[in-house]
Amino acid sequence: MRRFFSAAAFFVLLMLLWQWVFQLRIWSPVLVPSPLEVLTYLKGAIADGTLGHATVTTMRRLLTGYIVGLVGGLPLGLLTARWTLFRDTIGTISLGLQTLPSICWVPLALLWFGQTEAAMLFVVVMGTLWSVVIATETGVRNVPPIYRRAALTMGSRRLHIWLKVILPAALPFIVSGMKQGWAFAWRSLMAAEIFVTILTGFGLGQLLHYGRELNAMEQVIAIMLVIVVIGLLADKIFFSPIEKFLHRRWGTSQA
Amino acid sequence: MFRHKTGSVTEELQVVAPSKLAIEEVSKSFQTTSGTVLALDRISLQVNEAEFVCIVGPSGCGKTTLLNIIAGLEKPDSGRVLADSKPVTSPGRDRLVMFQESALFPWLNVFGNVLFPLKLKPQLTNKDRRDVAKYYLELVDLTRFERANIHELSGGMKQRVALARALAPNPRVLLMDEPFAALDALTREQFYGDLQKIWKERKKTIVFVTHNVREAACLGDRVLLFSPHPGRIQEEFVINLPRPRDINTADLVGYSGKIMRALKSFNANRAAEVIT
Repeated sequence: MRRFFSAAAFFVLLMLLWQWVFQLRIWSPVLVPSPLEVLTYLKGAIADGTLGHATVTTMRRLLTGYIVGLVGGLPLGLLTARWTLFRDTIGTISLGLQTLPSICWVPLALLWFGQTEAAMLFVVVMGTLWSVVIATETGVRNVPPIYRRAALTMGSRRLHIWLKVILPAALPFIVSGMKQGWAFAWRSLMAAEIFVTILTGFGLGQLLHYGRELNAMEQVIAIMLVIVVIGLLADKIFFSPIEKFLHRRWGTSQA
Repeated sequence: MFRHKTGSVTEELQVVAPSKLAIEEVSKSFQTTSGTVLALDRISLQVNEAEFVCIVGPSGCGKTTLLNIIAGLEKPDSGRVLADSKPVTSPGRDRLVMFQESALFPWLNVFGNVLFPLKLKPQLTNKDRRDVAKYYLELVDLTRFERANIHELSGGMKQRVALARALAPNPRVLLMDEPFAALDALTREQFYGDLQKIWKERKKTIVFVTHNVREAACLGDRVLLFSPHPGRIQEEFVINLPRPRDINTADLVGYSGKIMRALKSFNANRAAEVIT
């Protein structure tokens, strides 16, 4: 509870500082809106459904792409770890493409798919996939061989070993890869939405973009805040519990 | 010690006939950066049903390799291993291994680890599996810790869980690769008593690899002394002492002294690695 209050105090202080800077009028109010203006925009956007609709659109794209990336990345990572042929081919491609900032996929996606949902999906999948492939491969490679040997003597074979021994043993690596994949997917989707206006739905990125077009700084800041909050929530609701579980089980340090 | 069970659990917990092992002319060499090393040179050895055989020797004498070959984890270059007259070609539940490091799975708790080999037995129901796992956890005196995570256990407790996990599928043979090497002396001594008791109750054929001569003399019906480069059986000692044995008795020290002298005689400079 004390932690909560000191954190709350920090954010209140931050708000007051912002308000104070606003009142100093060093910069034009067009460039630095007051916290109240941002709040008013948020209230309006929530009331008329713009924000809710955009959030749903963005999250739908993000989750679809992320799940496709995971479903594709996990088996590819396992294959890469298992067979040299896959390591030399898929592994090399993954390593190369992972270093490519995912926004670089946007021009290609636009030319291939046009201004469609498919282009969005493609960019998000590319953001997720390679991180997951590499994390899975690294995880599997780091499984101590003794686990496999112990499982063999207990009568475990092929698929059972992969599902019940190698995969769970590699879980800490896979989860950190999933987290990285999530971060990359989130970034690439925002970039894509800012760049690409598509008619099948306005996402948060598009709202951000129109905020700039209309010189509506309170909208820009409000949407940025929403994006930050979604990122935080994803971490707190989804990744934190998994990581806590892993730390407890494995006995690794918990900060 | 044994509680009466009904149905298939009783069946599952029944003492199974221990195996007779025959190791026939087994050779194995390894390629290293400094050339080919002959780890095992035509080793032949008989282990009787329910016999406790200890293998001692300095590091690099191929004792762990031999254990892995009996387990089916490695293949010999020539020769073969027979378990109950059937050639060993792959690892199997009838020959379970207890490793030096516990090799317990950190993603499962204590109970889950003991349950793991039982889940691979399709003839058991889930309830049977739980009952069997509980039985063995009780046997190693860890019932209180069945929900504990592996990292929360001490080294000795980890090896107890590993023992319970190895015993759970009711193997005929137990292969132990320096299982107590990393434990402190007090915990180790406690293990000697417990292991002798469990061996007597569950009637397993045990092949026990160690570099600790006293430990070998305390536990084994027979102690085989291996020499390194190439790995050969140098000498065999029959330990004629009543059980349960205490590692600190004068008779036992007499035996271990004899083994130690033999060890020193064939390789004076390597004996330093071996603990009395």
